[in-house]
Amino acid sequence: MSGAEKIHVRVTEKTPLNALVTRFRFEPVDGGLLPTFSGGAHTVVEMKDGDITRLNPYSLMSDPYDQDAYTISVRRDDEGRGGSLFLHNQVEVGTELTISYPVNLFSLDLRAKKHLMIAGGIGITPFLSQIKQLDRAHGNWELHYACRSEALGSYVDYLTTTHPNDVNVYYDDQDQVIDLENLLDGQPLGTHIYVCGPKGMIDWVRGKAADLGWPREAVHYEEFLAPQPGKPFEVKLAISNKVVQVGEQESLLEAIERAGVDAPYLCRGGACGMCETRVIDYAGNFIHRDHWLEEDEHASGEKIMPCVSRFEGKTLVLDR
Amino acid sequence: MSKFEFPASIKSRPVYGTLEARPGKHHLMIADAEGAEAIMDIAIPDLMAKTHIIFISRGTDYGDKLRALNPAIFYEGPSYAASVPRIQRVLQDAHMGLQLYLTGTEGLMGQAMREAVDAGIPHTAIQTEHRGSVARRMQCVHCKGITEDVETDPFVCAHCGLNLFVRDHYSRRLAAYQGVCIDAEDPGNVPEPKGIYE
Repeated sequence: MSGAEKIHVRVTEKTPLNALVTRFRFEPVDGGLLPTFSGGAHTVVEMKDGDITRLNPYSLMSDPYDQDAYTISVRRDDEGRGGSLFLHNQVEVGTELTISYPVNLFSLDLRAKKHLMIAGGIGITPFLSQIKQLDRAHGNWELHYACRSEALGSYVDYLTTTHPNDVNVYYDDQDQVIDLENLLDGQPLGTHIYVCGPKGMIDWVRGKAADLGWPREAVHYEEFLAPQPGKPFEVKLAISNKVVQVGEQESLLEAIERAGVDAPYLCRGGACGMCETRVIDYAGNFIHRDHWLEEDEHASGEKIMPCVSRFEGKTLVLDR
Repeated sequence: MSKFEFPASIKSRPVYGTLEARPGKHHLMIADAEGAEAIMDIAIPDLMAKTHIIFISRGTDYGDKLRALNPAIFYEGPSYAASVPRIQRVLQDAHMGLQLYLTGTEGLMGQAMREAVDAGIPHTAIQTEHRGSVARRMQCVHCKGITEDVETDPFVCAHCGLNLFVRDHYSRRLAAYQGVCIDAEDPGNVPEPKGIYE
Protein backbone atom coordinates (compact mmCIF):
# COMPACT_ATOMS: atom_id res chain seq x y z
CA MET A 1 0.00 0.00 0.00
CA SER A 2 1.47 3.32 -1.05
CA GLY A 3 1.37 6.61 0.82
CA ALA A 4 1.72 7.12 4.56
CA GLU A 5 -0.15 4.90 7.03
CA LYS A 6 -3.88 5.57 7.35
CA ILE A 7 -6.07 6.74 10.22
CA HIS A 8 -9.87 6.45 10.40
CA VAL A 9 -11.44 9.61 11.73
CA ARG A 10 -14.84 11.11 12.28
CA VAL A 11 -15.68 14.75 11.64
CA THR A 12 -16.67 16.24 15.01
CA GLU A 13 -16.90 19.92 14.07
CA LYS A 14 -17.49 21.77 10.81
CA THR A 15 -17.03 25.50 11.31
CA PRO A 16 -17.50 28.03 8.51
CA LEU A 17 -14.99 30.87 9.01
CA ASN A 18 -15.98 33.13 6.14
CA ALA A 19 -17.44 33.03 2.66
CA LEU A 20 -14.70 30.71 1.37
CA VAL A 21 -13.04 28.85 4.24
CA THR A 22 -14.41 26.12 6.49
CA ARG A 23 -12.60 24.38 9.33
CA PHE A 24 -12.96 20.64 9.98
CA ARG A 25 -12.08 18.83 13.19
CA PHE A 26 -11.16 15.13 12.95
CA GLU A 27 -11.15 12.73 15.88
CA PRO A 28 -10.11 9.07 15.66
CA VAL A 29 -13.02 6.66 15.25
CA ASP A 30 -11.48 4.17 17.69
CA GLY A 31 -11.24 6.81 20.42
CA GLY A 32 -7.46 6.44 20.66
CA LEU A 33 -4.75 9.07 20.43
CA LEU A 34 -3.54 10.55 17.18
CA PRO A 35 0.20 10.77 16.48
CA THR A 36 1.87 14.06 17.33
CA PHE A 37 3.38 15.87 14.36
CA SER A 38 5.65 18.82 13.66
CA GLY A 39 4.51 22.29 12.62
CA GLY A 40 3.99 22.56 8.88
CA ALA A 41 2.89 18.92 8.39
CA HIS A 42 -0.04 17.96 6.19
CA THR A 43 -2.42 15.02 5.99
CA VAL A 44 -3.83 13.47 2.84
CA VAL A 45 -7.62 13.24 3.08
CA GLU A 46 -9.32 10.42 1.17
CA MET A 47 -12.65 11.41 -0.36
CA LYS A 48 -14.95 8.89 -2.00
CA ASP A 49 -17.06 10.99 -4.31
CA GLY A 50 -19.19 8.54 -6.26
CA ASP A 51 -16.84 6.48 -8.44
CA ILE A 52 -13.95 8.85 -7.91
CA THR A 53 -11.55 8.61 -5.00
CA ARG A 54 -9.77 11.88 -4.37
CA LEU A 55 -6.70 12.17 -2.16
CA ASN A 56 -6.00 15.80 -1.35
CA PRO A 57 -3.30 17.17 0.99
CA TYR A 58 -4.27 19.74 3.64
CA SER A 59 -1.97 21.39 6.16
CA LEU A 60 -2.63 20.49 9.78
CA MET A 61 -3.31 23.67 11.72
CA SER A 62 -3.94 22.31 15.20
CA ASP A 63 -1.45 22.14 18.05
CA PRO A 64 1.16 19.51 16.99
CA TYR A 65 1.09 18.07 20.53
CA ASP A 66 -2.72 17.77 20.68
CA GLN A 67 -3.38 14.05 20.18
CA ASP A 68 -7.15 14.26 20.62
CA ALA A 69 -7.94 15.82 17.26
CA TYR A 70 -6.53 17.30 14.05
CA THR A 71 -7.98 20.35 12.37
CA ILE A 72 -7.69 21.52 8.79
CA SER A 73 -9.06 24.59 7.05
CA VAL A 74 -10.27 24.23 3.50
CA ARG A 75 -10.75 27.03 1.02
CA ARG A 76 -13.60 26.34 -1.40
CA ASP A 77 -12.37 26.29 -4.98
CA ASP A 78 -15.34 26.54 -7.32
CA GLU A 79 -13.13 26.11 -10.38
CA GLY A 80 -11.14 23.12 -9.13
CA ARG A 81 -11.77 19.44 -9.63
CA GLY A 82 -14.11 19.20 -6.70
CA GLY A 83 -12.07 18.06 -3.66
CA SER A 84 -12.74 21.22 -1.68
CA LEU A 85 -16.38 21.33 -2.88
CA PHE A 86 -16.83 17.75 -1.70
CA LEU A 87 -15.55 18.65 1.77
CA HIS A 88 -17.66 21.81 1.91
CA ASN A 89 -20.89 20.31 0.57
CA GLN A 90 -20.91 16.60 1.35
CA VAL A 91 -18.93 16.20 4.56
CA GLU A 92 -20.85 16.89 7.76
CA VAL A 93 -20.37 16.34 11.46
CA GLY A 94 -20.42 12.57 11.90
CA THR A 95 -18.97 11.74 8.46
CA GLU A 96 -16.19 9.14 8.66
CA LEU A 97 -13.09 9.70 6.56
CA THR A 98 -9.71 8.11 6.06
CA ILE A 99 -6.71 10.41 6.41
CA SER A 100 -2.98 9.70 6.25
CA TYR A 101 -0.46 9.94 9.04
CA PRO A 102 1.03 13.45 9.11
CA VAL A 103 3.80 14.08 6.57
CA ASN A 104 5.97 17.19 6.80
CA LEU A 105 7.52 18.78 3.72
CA PHE A 106 7.52 22.25 5.29
CA SER A 107 9.15 21.82 8.67
CA LEU A 108 10.84 24.49 10.73
CA ASP A 109 14.64 24.51 10.63
CA LEU A 110 15.26 24.50 14.35
CA ARG A 111 18.83 25.71 13.85
CA ALA A 112 17.38 29.09 12.86
CA LYS A 113 17.81 31.96 15.31
CA LYS A 114 14.63 33.54 14.04
CA HIS A 115 11.70 32.35 11.92
CA LEU A 116 10.27 34.89 9.47
CA MET A 117 6.91 33.66 8.18
CA ILE A 118 5.20 35.04 5.10
CA ALA A 119 1.67 33.84 4.33
CA GLY A 120 -0.77 34.57 1.52
CA GLY A 121 -4.46 33.71 1.91
CA ILE A 122 -5.16 30.09 2.86
CA GLY A 123 -1.35 29.64 2.99
CA ILE A 124 -1.75 30.70 6.62
CA THR A 125 -2.68 27.16 7.75
CA PRO A 126 0.78 25.53 8.18
CA PHE A 127 1.92 28.58 10.16
CA LEU A 128 -0.83 28.08 12.72
CA SER A 129 0.70 24.76 13.80
CA GLN A 130 4.27 26.08 13.47
CA ILE A 131 3.43 29.03 15.72
CA LYS A 132 2.00 26.67 18.35
CA GLN A 133 5.17 24.58 18.17
CA LEU A 134 7.42 27.64 18.44
CA ASP A 135 5.44 29.14 21.30
CA ARG A 136 6.06 26.02 23.36
CA ALA A 137 9.79 26.29 22.69
CA HIS A 138 9.82 30.06 23.22
CA GLY A 139 10.97 30.44 19.63
CA ASN A 140 11.66 33.78 17.98
CA TRP A 141 9.25 34.36 15.09
CA GLU A 142 7.21 36.97 13.29
CA LEU A 143 4.42 36.58 10.76
CA HIS A 144 3.53 38.72 7.76
CA TYR A 145 0.13 37.70 6.45
CA ALA A 146 -1.43 39.06 3.28
CA CYS A 147 -5.12 38.43 2.62
CA ARG A 148 -7.71 39.77 0.23
CA SER A 149 -9.93 41.62 2.67
CA GLU A 150 -10.91 41.77 6.32
CA ALA A 151 -13.92 39.58 5.54
CA LEU A 152 -11.69 36.86 4.04
CA GLY A 153 -8.86 37.10 6.57
CA SER A 154 -9.01 33.64 8.13
CA TYR A 155 -7.65 33.57 11.70
CA VAL A 156 -6.63 37.24 11.64
CA ASP A 157 -8.54 37.98 14.84
CA TYR A 158 -7.14 34.93 16.59
CA LEU A 159 -3.57 35.73 15.55
CA THR A 160 -3.65 39.44 16.32
CA THR A 161 -5.28 38.82 19.70
CA THR A 162 -2.89 36.09 20.82
CA HIS A 163 0.28 37.59 19.30
CA PRO A 164 -0.30 41.32 18.84
CA ASN A 165 3.41 42.11 18.55
CA ASP A 166 4.43 39.33 16.18
CA VAL A 167 1.65 39.33 13.61
CA ASN A 168 1.39 41.83 10.77
CA VAL A 169 -1.63 41.71 8.49
CA TYR A 170 -1.94 43.24 5.01
CA TYR A 171 -5.27 43.64 3.18
CA ASP A 172 -5.16 43.68 -0.64
CA ASP A 173 -8.41 45.65 -0.93
CA GLN A 174 -6.89 48.40 1.22
CA ASP A 175 -3.76 48.47 -0.97
CA GLN A 176 -1.59 47.19 1.84
CA VAL A 177 1.47 45.38 0.51
CA ILE A 178 4.31 43.67 2.36
CA ASP A 179 7.37 45.94 2.09
CA LEU A 180 9.46 42.90 1.22
CA GLU A 181 12.82 44.49 0.47
CA ASN A 182 12.90 46.38 3.76
CA LEU A 183 11.53 43.38 5.60
CA LEU A 184 14.30 41.08 4.37
CA ASP A 185 17.07 43.65 4.50
CA GLY A 186 18.44 43.87 8.01
CA GLN A 187 17.17 40.56 9.40
CA PRO A 188 19.68 39.19 11.91
CA LEU A 189 22.08 36.44 10.85
CA GLY A 190 20.45 33.04 11.34
CA THR A 191 16.98 34.15 10.21
CA HIS A 192 15.09 31.63 8.07
CA ILE A 193 12.21 32.58 5.75
CA TYR A 194 9.10 30.40 5.38
CA VAL A 195 6.63 31.29 2.67
CA CYS A 196 3.31 29.63 1.87
CA GLY A 197 0.77 31.12 -0.50
CA PRO A 198 0.08 31.57 -4.20
CA LYS A 199 2.87 30.76 -6.66
CA GLY A 200 3.38 34.44 -7.46
CA MET A 201 4.06 35.23 -3.83
CA ILE A 202 6.49 32.32 -3.42
CA ASP A 203 8.41 33.36 -6.55
CA TRP A 204 8.47 36.99 -5.38
CA VAL A 205 9.89 36.12 -1.97
CA ARG A 206 12.43 33.60 -3.27
CA GLY A 207 13.57 36.01 -5.97
CA LYS A 208 13.98 38.95 -3.62
CA ALA A 209 15.82 36.82 -1.05
CA ALA A 210 18.22 35.58 -3.73
CA ASP A 211 18.83 39.14 -4.94
CA LEU A 212 19.71 40.18 -1.41
CA GLY A 213 22.18 37.31 -1.04
CA TRP A 214 20.16 35.06 1.26
CA PRO A 215 21.37 31.45 1.21
CA ARG A 216 18.94 29.11 -0.54
CA GLU A 217 19.03 26.85 2.54
CA ALA A 218 17.45 29.63 4.63
CA VAL A 219 14.39 30.07 2.38
CA HIS A 220 11.64 27.45 2.79
CA TYR A 221 8.43 27.34 0.81
CA GLU A 222 5.39 25.17 0.30
CA GLU A 223 2.95 25.25 -2.51
CA PHE A 224 0.58 22.37 -3.09
CA LEU A 225 -0.41 22.11 -6.69
CA ALA A 226 -3.84 20.72 -7.35
CA PRO A 227 -3.88 18.47 -10.41
CA GLN A 228 -5.44 20.37 -13.30
CA PRO A 229 -7.95 18.88 -15.68
CA GLY A 230 -6.85 18.36 -19.27
CA LYS A 231 -7.43 16.41 -22.44
CA PRO A 232 -7.97 12.67 -21.91
CA PHE A 233 -5.03 10.46 -22.90
CA GLU A 234 -3.97 6.84 -22.85
CA VAL A 235 -1.11 5.39 -20.87
CA LYS A 236 0.45 1.94 -21.02
CA LEU A 237 1.83 0.60 -17.76
CA ALA A 238 4.65 -1.73 -18.79
CA ILE A 239 5.23 -3.68 -15.56
CA SER A 240 1.56 -4.23 -14.78
CA ASN A 241 0.81 -4.77 -18.46
CA LYS A 242 -2.27 -2.55 -18.44
CA VAL A 243 -3.58 0.17 -20.69
CA VAL A 244 -5.39 2.95 -18.83
CA GLN A 245 -7.46 5.86 -20.08
CA VAL A 246 -6.80 9.04 -18.11
CA GLY A 247 -9.99 11.06 -17.97
CA GLU A 248 -10.36 14.79 -18.35
CA GLN A 249 -11.02 15.35 -14.64
CA GLU A 250 -8.61 12.84 -13.12
CA SER A 251 -4.86 12.92 -12.66
CA LEU A 252 -2.51 10.36 -14.17
CA LEU A 253 -1.81 9.04 -10.67
CA GLU A 254 -5.52 8.67 -9.94
CA ALA A 255 -6.02 6.80 -13.20
CA ILE A 256 -3.14 4.43 -12.36
CA GLU A 257 -4.68 3.78 -8.96
CA ARG A 258 -8.13 3.26 -10.45
CA ALA A 259 -6.63 0.50 -12.60
CA GLY A 260 -5.62 -1.27 -9.41
CA VAL A 261 -1.91 -0.53 -9.68
CA ASP A 262 -0.25 0.41 -6.39
CA ALA A 263 1.89 3.42 -7.30
CA PRO A 264 4.01 5.28 -4.72
CA TYR A 265 2.94 8.75 -3.60
CA LEU A 266 3.11 11.02 -0.60
CA CYS A 267 2.12 14.67 -1.13
CA ARG A 268 0.05 14.37 -4.33
CA GLY A 269 0.95 18.00 -5.00
CA GLY A 270 4.12 17.89 -7.10
CA ALA A 271 6.43 18.65 -4.20
CA CYS A 272 7.77 15.55 -2.48
CA GLY A 273 9.19 13.50 -5.34
CA MET A 274 7.76 10.20 -4.16
CA CYS A 275 5.72 9.38 -7.28
CA GLU A 276 8.56 10.01 -9.78
CA THR A 277 8.06 7.56 -12.63
CA ARG A 278 10.36 6.53 -15.45
CA VAL A 279 9.08 7.01 -19.00
CA ILE A 280 9.91 4.05 -21.26
CA ASP A 281 8.51 5.39 -24.53
CA TYR A 282 6.43 8.31 -25.73
CA ALA A 283 5.21 10.13 -28.80
CA GLY A 284 3.69 13.48 -27.92
CA ASN A 285 4.17 16.27 -25.39
CA PHE A 286 4.49 16.26 -21.65
CA ILE A 287 2.66 18.87 -19.58
CA HIS A 288 4.99 18.97 -16.58
CA ARG A 289 3.52 20.86 -13.64
CA ASP A 290 5.54 19.63 -10.63
CA HIS A 291 8.31 21.48 -8.90
CA TRP A 292 10.29 18.38 -8.07
CA LEU A 293 12.09 17.60 -11.34
CA GLU A 294 14.74 19.93 -12.67
CA GLU A 295 14.21 21.73 -15.97
CA ASP A 296 16.59 19.44 -17.84
CA GLU A 297 14.71 16.42 -16.47
CA HIS A 298 11.45 17.90 -17.75
CA ALA A 299 13.04 18.38 -21.14
CA SER A 300 14.58 14.89 -21.22
CA GLY A 301 11.28 13.03 -21.62
CA GLU A 302 12.60 10.37 -19.24
CA LYS A 303 10.59 11.14 -16.09
CA ILE A 304 7.13 12.30 -15.07
CA MET A 305 5.42 13.11 -11.78
CA PRO A 306 1.98 11.54 -12.29
CA CYS A 307 0.36 13.34 -9.35
CA VAL A 308 0.13 16.68 -11.19
CA SER A 309 1.62 16.26 -14.68
CA ARG A 310 -0.21 15.19 -17.82
CA PHE A 311 0.51 14.14 -21.38
CA GLU A 312 -0.87 15.00 -24.79
CA GLY A 313 -0.16 12.70 -27.68
CA LYS A 314 -0.35 9.22 -29.08
CA THR A 315 1.82 6.94 -26.96
CA LEU A 316 2.98 7.04 -23.36
CA VAL A 317 4.59 3.98 -21.77
CA LEU A 318 5.52 4.14 -18.10
CA ASP A 319 7.76 1.88 -16.02
CA ARG A 320 4.99 1.03 -13.58
CA MET B 1 52.38 28.18 -6.04
CA SER B 2 49.78 28.32 -3.30
CA LYS B 3 47.30 25.85 -4.80
CA PHE B 4 47.31 22.13 -3.98
CA GLU B 5 45.53 19.36 -5.84
CA PHE B 6 43.99 17.21 -3.09
CA PRO B 7 43.76 13.48 -3.86
CA ALA B 8 40.35 11.76 -3.80
CA SER B 9 39.20 10.84 -0.34
CA ILE B 10 36.40 9.66 1.91
CA LYS B 11 33.18 11.66 2.20
CA SER B 12 33.87 13.18 5.60
CA ARG B 13 36.97 15.06 4.40
CA PRO B 14 36.07 18.63 3.48
CA VAL B 15 36.20 19.69 -0.15
CA TYR B 16 37.19 23.26 -0.96
CA GLY B 17 36.14 25.31 -3.94
CA THR B 18 37.22 28.48 -5.70
CA LEU B 19 36.04 31.84 -4.41
CA GLU B 20 33.69 33.85 -6.59
CA ALA B 21 32.11 37.23 -5.94
CA ARG B 22 28.45 36.81 -5.06
CA PRO B 23 25.63 39.38 -4.92
CA GLY B 24 25.14 41.01 -1.54
CA LYS B 25 25.43 44.27 0.33
CA HIS B 26 28.04 43.07 2.82
CA HIS B 27 30.98 40.75 2.40
CA LEU B 28 33.29 39.27 5.04
CA MET B 29 36.56 37.67 3.93
CA ILE B 30 38.70 35.80 6.43
CA ALA B 31 42.10 34.58 5.25
CA ASP B 32 45.50 33.50 6.47
CA ALA B 33 48.88 33.53 4.68
CA GLU B 34 48.57 32.58 0.97
CA GLY B 35 44.78 32.85 1.25
CA ALA B 36 45.44 36.51 0.48
CA GLU B 37 46.07 35.47 -3.14
CA ALA B 38 42.56 34.04 -3.47
CA ILE B 39 41.12 37.36 -2.28
CA MET B 40 43.30 39.28 -4.74
CA ASP B 41 42.03 37.00 -7.53
CA ILE B 42 38.43 38.17 -7.08
CA ALA B 43 39.02 41.70 -5.75
CA ILE B 44 37.40 44.44 -7.81
CA PRO B 45 36.78 47.94 -6.43
CA ASP B 46 32.95 47.55 -6.29
CA LEU B 47 33.28 44.40 -4.20
CA MET B 48 36.06 45.74 -1.99
CA ALA B 49 33.97 48.82 -1.14
CA LYS B 50 31.54 46.47 0.64
CA THR B 51 34.13 44.08 2.12
CA HIS B 52 35.59 43.59 5.58
CA ILE B 53 38.87 41.64 5.40
CA ILE B 54 40.26 39.85 8.44
CA PHE B 55 43.77 38.63 7.70
CA ILE B 56 46.29 36.60 9.69
CA SER B 57 49.66 36.89 7.98
CA ARG B 58 51.48 33.92 9.57
CA GLY B 59 54.78 35.52 8.64
CA THR B 60 53.87 36.39 5.04
CA ASP B 61 53.94 39.91 3.64
CA TYR B 62 50.53 39.96 1.96
CA GLY B 63 49.11 42.47 4.44
CA ASP B 64 50.13 45.54 2.45
CA LYS B 65 48.84 44.05 -0.80
CA LEU B 66 45.43 43.41 0.75
CA ARG B 67 45.32 46.88 2.28
CA ALA B 68 46.07 48.29 -1.17
CA LEU B 69 42.81 46.73 -2.44
CA ASN B 70 41.00 49.40 -0.37
CA PRO B 71 38.53 47.18 1.44
CA ALA B 72 35.85 48.96 3.49
CA ILE B 73 37.51 47.60 6.65
CA PHE B 74 40.88 45.90 6.93
CA TYR B 75 42.19 44.12 10.01
CA GLU B 76 45.44 42.23 10.29
CA GLY B 77 45.85 40.10 13.41
CA PRO B 78 48.89 38.31 14.84
CA SER B 79 47.08 34.96 15.15
CA TYR B 80 43.73 33.32 14.55
CA ALA B 81 43.05 33.28 18.28
CA ALA B 82 43.62 37.04 18.44
CA SER B 83 41.08 37.62 15.65
CA VAL B 84 38.30 35.49 17.16
CA PRO B 85 36.69 38.25 19.27
CA ARG B 86 36.51 40.44 16.14
CA ILE B 87 35.06 37.63 14.01
CA GLN B 88 32.42 36.91 16.64
CA ARG B 89 31.52 40.58 16.96
CA VAL B 90 31.24 41.08 13.21
CA LEU B 91 28.98 38.01 12.89
CA GLN B 92 26.87 39.09 15.86
CA ASP B 93 26.14 42.42 14.19
CA ALA B 94 25.72 40.99 10.69
CA HIS B 95 22.47 40.63 8.78
CA MET B 96 21.12 37.98 6.43
CA GLY B 97 22.63 38.44 3.02
CA LEU B 98 26.17 38.70 4.37
CA GLN B 99 28.51 36.82 2.05
CA LEU B 100 31.28 34.93 3.80
CA TYR B 101 34.54 33.94 2.10
CA LEU B 102 37.13 31.77 3.87
CA THR B 103 40.52 31.07 2.34
CA GLY B 104 43.95 29.83 3.38
CA THR B 105 44.76 26.86 5.58
CA GLU B 106 42.29 24.20 6.61
CA GLY B 107 42.64 25.14 10.27
CA LEU B 108 41.71 28.76 9.59
CA MET B 109 38.77 27.89 7.32
CA GLY B 110 37.44 25.21 9.65
CA GLN B 111 37.54 27.35 12.77
CA ALA B 112 36.07 30.42 11.09
CA MET B 113 33.34 28.25 9.56
CA ARG B 114 32.46 26.96 13.01
CA GLU B 115 31.99 30.54 14.24
CA ALA B 116 29.84 31.38 11.22
CA VAL B 117 27.65 28.29 11.58
CA ASP B 118 27.17 29.05 15.28
CA ALA B 119 26.10 32.55 14.22
CA GLY B 120 23.47 31.08 11.90
CA ILE B 121 24.97 30.81 8.41
CA PRO B 122 24.26 27.41 6.80
CA HIS B 123 27.64 25.73 6.21
CA THR B 124 26.71 25.04 2.61
CA ALA B 125 26.33 28.80 2.01
CA ILE B 126 29.93 29.57 3.01
CA GLN B 127 32.54 29.80 0.26
CA THR B 128 35.97 28.31 0.84
CA GLU B 129 39.20 28.08 -1.12
CA HIS B 130 42.27 26.27 0.12
CA ARG B 131 45.62 28.04 -0.31
CA GLY B 132 49.05 27.50 1.19
CA SER B 133 50.03 24.88 3.74
CA VAL B 134 48.27 21.51 3.69
CA ALA B 135 49.05 21.00 7.39
CA ARG B 136 46.10 19.80 9.45
CA ARG B 137 44.55 20.79 12.73
CA MET B 138 44.36 17.48 14.62
CA GLN B 139 42.41 16.35 17.64
CA CYS B 140 43.84 13.49 19.69
CA VAL B 141 40.90 11.15 20.25
CA HIS B 142 42.52 9.95 23.48
CA CYS B 143 43.28 13.15 25.41
CA LYS B 144 41.12 15.46 23.22
CA GLY B 145 44.00 17.93 22.91
CA ILE B 146 44.36 19.86 19.64
CA THR B 147 47.69 19.93 17.81
CA GLU B 148 47.87 22.66 15.18
CA ASP B 149 49.72 22.57 11.84
CA VAL B 150 50.45 18.85 11.70
CA GLU B 151 52.46 18.10 8.56
CA THR B 152 53.43 14.47 9.04
CA ASP B 153 51.72 11.14 9.54
CA PRO B 154 52.16 9.77 12.15
CA PHE B 155 52.88 12.59 14.58
CA VAL B 156 53.28 13.03 18.32
CA CYS B 157 50.33 14.53 20.24
CA ALA B 158 51.47 17.87 21.65
CA HIS B 159 49.41 17.21 24.78
CA CYS B 160 49.71 13.54 25.84
CA GLY B 161 52.68 12.42 23.74
CA LEU B 162 50.99 9.43 22.04
CA ASN B 163 52.01 8.56 18.49
CA LEU B 164 48.96 9.43 16.38
CA PHE B 165 47.85 8.24 12.95
CA VAL B 166 46.37 11.09 10.84
CA ARG B 167 42.88 10.11 9.73
CA ASP B 168 40.82 11.75 6.95
CA HIS B 169 37.87 11.79 9.31
CA TYR B 170 36.96 15.43 9.92
CA SER B 171 34.69 17.09 12.48
CA ARG B 172 33.00 20.39 11.61
CA ARG B 173 32.12 20.82 15.29
CA LEU B 174 35.75 20.57 16.35
CA ALA B 175 37.17 22.01 13.12
CA ALA B 176 39.77 19.25 13.30
CA TYR B 177 40.76 15.85 11.92
CA GLN B 178 40.92 12.79 14.11
CA GLY B 179 44.27 11.47 15.36
CA VAL B 180 44.32 7.87 16.64
CA CYS B 181 47.12 6.07 18.49
CA ILE B 182 49.10 4.09 15.91
CA ASP B 183 51.06 1.81 18.25
CA ALA B 184 48.48 0.91 20.89
CA GLU B 185 48.80 -2.86 20.29
CA ASP B 186 52.56 -2.87 19.88
CA PRO B 187 54.02 0.13 21.75
CA GLY B 188 57.05 1.58 20.04
CA ASN B 189 56.28 0.08 16.63
CA VAL B 190 55.81 3.43 14.89
CA PRO B 191 56.23 3.81 11.10
CA GLU B 192 58.63 6.47 9.82
CA PRO B 193 56.66 9.79 9.60
CA LYS B 194 56.04 11.08 6.08
CA GLY B 195 54.08 13.94 4.56
CA ILE B 196 50.29 13.54 4.92
CA TYR B 197 49.68 13.37 1.15
CA GLU B 198 52.88 11.42 0.29
